Amino acid sequence: MNEEKDSNQTKAPSQNQKDERNLLQRIFVRRGAFNALVIPLLSIFTALLIGGLIIAFSNLEVLAAWSNFFQAPLEAVKLTLASMWGAYTSLFEGAFGIPKDIIEAFRIWLETGETRALREAFRSFSESLVITTPYIFAGLAVALGFRGGLFNIGVEGQLFVGGLASAYVGYSITGLPWIIHLPLTVLAGILAGAFWGAIPGILKAKTGAHEVINTIMMNYIAFRLTDYLLTGPMARPDNLPITPEVAPSAYLPALFDKPMRIHWGFFVALGVAWLVYWFLWKTTTGLEIRMVGANPKAARYAGISITVIIVLTMSLSGALGGMTGVNQVLGVDHRLVRAFSTGYGFDSIALALLGNSHPLGVVLASLLFGFMRGGAARMQSVAGVPVEIIRIMQGLVIIFVAAPEIIRSLYRLKKPKEEEGPTVPDVSMV
Amino acid sequence: MSVLLELNGITKKFPGVLANYRVDLTLNQGEILALLGENGAGKTTLMNVLYGLYSPDEGEIFVRGSKVDIHSPHDAIDIGIGMVHQHFMLIPVFTVTENVMLGDESLKAGVFLDRASVSARISEISEQFGLKVDPNALIEDLSVGEQQRVEIIKVLYREADILIFDEPTAVLTPQEVVELFKVIHSLVDQGKSLIFITHKLNEVMDIADNIVVLHNGRVAGTTTPGETNPKILANMMVGRDVLLVVDKEPAQPQEVILKVENLRVLDDRKLVSVDELSLKVRAGEILGVAGVQGNGQTELVEALTGLRKIESGKVNMMGEDTSNGSPRSIREIGSAHVPEDRQQDGLVLSFSVADNLVLNTYYEPPFARGISFKEDEVAIAATERVKLFDIRTPSITVPVSNLSGGNQQKVIVAREFSRPIKLLIASQPTRGLDVGSIEYIHNQIIKKRDDGCAILLISPELDEILALSDRIAVMYEGKILDILSAEEVTREQLGLLMAGVEEKVVV
Repeated sequence: MNEEKDSNQTKAPSQNQKDERNLLQRIFVRRGAFNALVIPLLSIFTALLIGGLIIAFSNLEVLAAWSNFFQAPLEAVKLTLASMWGAYTSLFEGAFGIPKDIIEAFRIWLETGETRALREAFRSFSESLVITTPYIFAGLAVALGFRGGLFNIGVEGQLFVGGLASAYVGYSITGLPWIIHLPLTVLAGILAGAFWGAIPGILKAKTGAHEVINTIMMNYIAFRLTDYLLTGPMARPDNLPITPEVAPSAYLPALFDKPMRIHWGFFVALGVAWLVYWFLWKTTTGLEIRMVGANPKAARYAGISITVIIVLTMSLSGALGGMTGVNQVLGVDHRLVRAFSTGYGFDSIALALLGNSHPLGVVLASLLFGFMRGGAARMQSVAGVPVEIIRIMQGLVIIFVAAPEIIRSLYRLKKPKEEEGPTVPDVSMV
Repeated sequence: MSVLLELNGITKKFPGVLANYRVDLTLNQGEILALLGENGAGKTTLMNVLYGLYSPDEGEIFVRGSKVDIHSPHDAIDIGIGMVHQHFMLIPVFTVTENVMLGDESLKAGVFLDRASVSARISEISEQFGLKVDPNALIEDLSVGEQQRVEIIKVLYREADILIFDEPTAVLTPQEVVELFKVIHSLVDQGKSLIFITHKLNEVMDIADNIVVLHNGRVAGTTTPGETNPKILANMMVGRDVLLVVDKEPAQPQEVILKVENLRVLDDRKLVSVDELSLKVRAGEILGVAGVQGNGQTELVEALTGLRKIESGKVNMMGEDTSNGSPRSIREIGSAHVPEDRQQDGLVLSFSVADNLVLNTYYEPPFARGISFKEDEVAIAATERVKLFDIRTPSITVPVSNLSGGNQQKVIVAREFSRPIKLLIASQPTRGLDVGSIEYIHNQIIKKRDDGCAILLISPELDEILALSDRIAVMYEGKILDILSAEEVTREQLGLLMAGVEEKVVV
């Protein structure tokens, strides 16, 4: 009959075999391998390259060598590369541990059965994972919001109220077995975070007030609330601005003895990442959230209540934000101090962006950021490169991921045929 | 009278569409030329060519006898051509003066805006042409009619001699139309020349000196009000195309499925767009709603399907009152809705074909058990529907955005038609599709009718209405002017009714 114009591009008619839609296909086929993988990897590579140049050219010796370029050109290039190499090897060692020490530790362990050296050698690795864990929770919080078309800038505040609630339940109740106390404490933090997220959600759903503004405002309220509680009602008996210590029955238990601090929170985070994936892609509610995020008009047409979904999405996002605080209080600090977050809530926006708002992507992005942070201290002490350079590199990664045109033109990549639906909500309304 | 503007053999192609084909047009000094045609006849394209927004593929433009090349609106303004847009290009929080000077600012001492002199000039123009407006008022405080005056002042401020009015009466109240016509007469009296784009026959008869009718991108005729009448114009406007032929038996109407009584609905601007409308659709028949777009059809469909609030009146489907019901509850009693804009409302483009095939039934068994979304079941159903409805797609997992428009529409049709439905509300079901897809979807609709489904078909395409409908209702300014039997009605009668000319049809 009437051959359609497009029939050549879609020669193969309906495939009869059952479609296997596993995780990888979801990401790499449906979202397009190009956007999902190539751009982030090239972004990271480019950021490392630029970061390396910044490291080299902030080194006085390298600069001196370049001023003598015409006398000794090779020397200048050699010093530049050596400076970059030195910085990045120390970053690597700081993040994963020193290979030599690890081998030595294994030898001692095999010969004497003494694990102390082993734990020392793997301490860096453990520390990197300790930093990764809150990144995962916070990144998932933002990613879930993105999927629902909402920009939750309030993870930092949700993290604080989540931390406060879990700290309170953790130290004020004692004498319970851990099997009851720990879940109760975790739940308190999750509910507090969910409540904190729900407020801007309700404001958005009922009045149209933009969630970006209101989550930022909720952050300020959370910070000041923390200040007040730490200097008054929740302060330690000696009046230091710290909460009393959480009962050990509410600890997220450590996996190994000191000095390794890695605790069960890391595996909880991985479990939660899987849970978020399952929820978003394997449940009808998750489908509704993604539908509202991808096309609210079509969602309305399909009979979904947008207001309900907005409040739900913000509550769940807030719950994950709260979980970030819970993790820090119960897993790392065992009390709440004002500086218990180093801005995980704000970094999480970058993580969700880098991870393409997909739980697996968020986990990978969190590992990247966690290990970069973890190695930064050694890079500073050994190679003399300030830790702030890591921030610069992270910033560059995000810029490249957010503006893929830069990467495409840099590496002469073709634009993908079909741009995917937004993984980041449109904030032009602000 | 001297010739001011001459378009000579203008042809403009878009991929797959011939928007203008060898259009000739002559505008004399001091006259009003009406450019008449249906939506999609090529009026706006032609004017965009003249205003420098498009460059023509063929043809020439002469102004005052010399050939001109117009590459941008800037060139057009320099030549003395000004456009009064249908959708105003005004900044609501700026004053009238600021809006008028925007893009052509006069400065004091090289840096400061010289509002005073512009404001004085605006007052002069107001005085001269009878365009009452306060130069210091904020745009957002002005009525639609006043805002249009600001648009006209903007054009006059740039000293245009040729003014193009793009459907200027579409947004105005009848009183404002009277005011506008006064202004137009005073413009012409003072030597300006006008091109007036419209599809309203009465206005053309009232105001034009010369009339050019476009149909399918071609000039269907050139005439004057003196030597024509609305009937002839309607004839030219709707053309005499070969009808799309759809094989169908006479309808076997059964019980009333959809009953709408005195429905009143407001549009987004809170103006009445469906006005005390009543209609009935029976099982086994297709009621076509014809009408020029923007006469309340969109709002009618949205009100029926639960997407827009009903001000007053009643909607009854299958014997149940569904006034102001939720979209889901209305769907669940057995109605289906093919939305007007498939990409905006009907599909989530980034979702897979499979997910889009269950977009509004995903929560029902077998696609869901509890909160668990059964992808396996979805895949089975999707594979079946892709086959049954001949959706051309490489797989059911690709995003639906990868499909052609026709196949996207088939996804919607497959989804809506796969359920046991008693009522189908189809809004422009073949908009923008190729002939093959149109034929396919038309046949599917007829099949549904023959299965005893009641069908309300809304379309601005007369051909489609005539091909499918058993009865035809013509909608104009939110009202149904008449409901006619499809077998007895002529295109001319419909054309007249669509243009708002009420004339009792003698059958």
